[in-house]
Amino acid sequence: MRSPRPTSSVADIERDSRSKVDEQARDGLHASDAPASAEGTTATATRPVQAERGLSVRLEQLRAFYGSTEPIKGIDLEFRANEVTAIIGPSGCGKSTMIRCINRMHEEIPGARAEGRVLLDDLDVYDPTVDVVAVRRAIGMVFQKPNPFPTMSIFDNVAAGLRLSGRRQRDLQGKVESALRSAGLWDEVSERLGDPGAGLSGGQQQRLCIARSLAVDPEVILMDEPCSALDPIATLKIEELIDRLKQRVTIVIVTHNMQQAARVADRTAFMLDGRLIEVGPTQEIFTRPADPRTEEYVTGKFG
Amino acid sequence: MEAASIPGGGRRLLLRSPLARLPDRALKYGLTALAALILALIVYFFIRLVGQARPAFARFGVFGFAFENEWNVSAERFGALPLLVGTLITSALALLIGVPVAVASAIYATELCPLRLRAALTVLVELLAAVPSVVYGLWGIFFLAPKLQPAEQWLADRLSFVPFIGGGVVTIPNYFITGLVLAIMILPIVSAISREVMATVPSDQKEAAMGLGATRWEMIRMAVLPYCRSGIVGGAMLGLGRAIGETIAVTILIGDAPQLGSHLFGQGYSLAASIANEFGEAQGLHRSALFAAGLVLFVLTLLVNGIARALVLRAARAGSARAGVDGDDGRGRHIAETVAGA
Amino acid sequence: MSARPTSGERLARFAVSPARRRKDTFARMAILTATVIALIPLMLIIYYLLRKGLGSWSTSFFTTDPTGNTFFKSSSIGGIKSAILGTIEIVALASVIAIPVGLGVAVWLVEYGKDSRFAQTVRFFVDVLTGVPSILFGLFIYIVLIVGTGSSYAGYKGSLALALLMLPVVTRATEVILALVPGALRESALALGAPRWRVILRVVLPTALPGMVTGVLLAIARAAGETAPLLFTAAATLKTNFNLGQFMNSLPVQIYSDVTSPTTAVVNRAWGAALALVTMILLLNVIARLISRRSRLA
Repeated sequence: MRSPRPTSSVADIERDSRSKVDEQARDGLHASDAPASAEGTTATATRPVQAERGLSVRLEQLRAFYGSTEPIKGIDLEFRANEVTAIIGPSGCGKSTMIRCINRMHEEIPGARAEGRVLLDDLDVYDPTVDVVAVRRAIGMVFQKPNPFPTMSIFDNVAAGLRLSGRRQRDLQGKVESALRSAGLWDEVSERLGDPGAGLSGGQQQRLCIARSLAVDPEVILMDEPCSALDPIATLKIEELIDRLKQRVTIVIVTHNMQQAARVADRTAFMLDGRLIEVGPTQEIFTRPADPRTEEYVTGKFG
Repeated sequence: MEAASIPGGGRRLLLRSPLARLPDRALKYGLTALAALILALIVYFFIRLVGQARPAFARFGVFGFAFENEWNVSAERFGALPLLVGTLITSALALLIGVPVAVASAIYATELCPLRLRAALTVLVELLAAVPSVVYGLWGIFFLAPKLQPAEQWLADRLSFVPFIGGGVVTIPNYFITGLVLAIMILPIVSAISREVMATVPSDQKEAAMGLGATRWEMIRMAVLPYCRSGIVGGAMLGLGRAIGETIAVTILIGDAPQLGSHLFGQGYSLAASIANEFGEAQGLHRSALFAAGLVLFVLTLLVNGIARALVLRAARAGSARAGVDGDDGRGRHIAETVAGA
Repeated sequence: MSARPTSGERLARFAVSPARRRKDTFARMAILTATVIALIPLMLIIYYLLRKGLGSWSTSFFTTDPTGNTFFKSSSIGGIKSAILGTIEIVALASVIAIPVGLGVAVWLVEYGKDSRFAQTVRFFVDVLTGVPSILFGLFIYIVLIVGTGSSYAGYKGSLALALLMLPVVTRATEVILALVPGALRESALALGAPRWRVILRVVLPTALPGMVTGVLLAIARAAGETAPLLFTAAATLKTNFNLGQFMNSLPVQIYSDVTSPTTAVVNRAWGAALALVTMILLLNVIARLISRRSRLA
């Protein structure tokens, strides 16, 4: 990977140093603590990153295990950058397990492991040299039940991820505010940032959790049935939010609610029994599915 | 209508005879009386203990007894300050040494340990609780104290500029070694309570932290420890209650010198040790003074345990409230059980 | 217009700083070290008990009473027969007293008292008892049965002191187990028309039995190791004695008095006695754990 290259011409040197920065930067997600790569990361981290946001995620022959059971039996699937992809399927089909494999949360369960590749852009997050902690910063997650930290204030909840970065954050206030604004929560809580996060309503808590993961400015956000514990109005707010957020990030959302998939997703994937049955533009999945099983599921529940 | 077709005899069938209800009532009232008996017993004990301690309090005053620095049997002067201070120093040492180790072992068992090792680790730590107090005393005085004496002396010499800690001559029985053995003795209870409380941390809290890209340690700092704070403090207080009341090991290890120790590595005395050591030969005022020391000990442990239980039960209630929502198993019950086993 | 940043550059900002990583490694190492430290004393205690204790074990060690003669050969100091038998007698009587009472209170708390104010008070006082230093139980029995009656030490007085110590442990442990018996089980038995006492005796107690036995065994194990409550109640004596109305020896008290002896042989007897005591207690613990594993309740 890091083979030394011959440097002959000025152009070469220039190209070389460019790609070297690239490699060092890539090392940011790697577990090694080589000082060179550390310098490289600080150099690039301070550079303002523009252009469109969100990276694609591609699963290649992904399999997941709990002990001897195999809830994910080999999946190939791409989540395109800056699109919302919904995962639908009957309960127990492995939807949640699959997205938990994307940010390697699955392996935190004792006895659980995963095989195959998950490519974030072109970086395999399961590569042994990749740092799982960094992966989880790049790929944020919103859980089924809102889970703000009960001992922290609203402000501290949003700042929690930022504070982890170790360095003193410049403009923490500004970053928290912008994350809360992006999550559409600022107007509701700006007067009481010091109140406990657990005191908010369920829908507000879930938007707080979204703000919390947005604050670290991830490339991808995974949402595991984010509205299943919420009332319809709170659900609507989160769906509107998802629509706005896809400008910034790639979104994968697991849902058992097919109307929701139809409302928010650009593309929809149907899973059954640990396998991907089909994936395509949402419209197509719901109107002209290619596979009879998809049609059965969609029509059976979509009435 | 239909009932009318059943004569009065049918109704009688539904009534049980008073005789048949007798066992039920006997059981109910018998057991209630038993429960009331426990209350009565404690109140009775307290009254009798105060009665026995009264001559000493009458002679020296409650305040004078507790805070006068002279425990002299032959002169019949009984001021329990040396005993009180010895109890407090050794218990504080036990907490200082024992709690960090206990909490760390609990963190290891719940958050870091490979699943297969967890049960074995738990059993091993709990076995420490099975070792009798007198065996800790035996081991402490004949093995630990002589082995550590050079190290203690080295430390005392290095720290000679620190008042109370450095400078003195290290004796084999001393405050420090007592505190150290007490630390080992409270380790299982503090560890068990901490472990139970940590097990109540909902996994979604931990996942929230990990999902934000927290390292293991950051996850523990962020999601586990804040959530468990009151439970851990409660467990430490239970340990403190244990350390304060511990008698035999302390009697063997502290040196039974009825004065304020001049330094950390010198001999001293404690409330419980004074009773164990002197009660057998005590007469008259001396005996009353020992009862008074027992009373001070009683009140002290009641206070500490009261606070500890309030804290632990609060943590347990938070745990079971959470469990009630999630339909999880009753973690709060487990904590109650651990407290019971303590 | 700036060039599109490469994905590598974009991902770099998520890197975990070396400082954070070091902190994580350091914290994990510290926690592991503390855990190892927590296990060292147990190893050392067991090692020294075996090394010192086995040396003084012999047949005569278990079959002779201590002689009190400490001036001559080590063989003349005698063994620990009276201490072992005394401990068994005292603890057996204590169990006979504490187990029914403790169980009764637990059954009352779960089946009748429930969450009433009175039950809350009883629970609180039982918890208070759990925290009372064991020597105070000795003082209590001393006040009531020795000062109160003007008589002297006796084995049964030691049993009573130990029973007081066991009572809260038995109560709380069995209460927790009884509360785990599913309410539906009780209700279905009551619905069959069984009176409450039969339901308790025939349904609730048998279901909770293994768990209760575990709690009881742990309470016995705890009582067996206690020295302080026996010092001023049962006292110490050299002779084997089967009359609980007289002075009675016990293992913990024997060890305690031997520890303070200046004679090496006597101290060695303490190590032997300590090994015997710890073996007894560990055996009880192991049995308790094996039984609790068979429990059908969580």
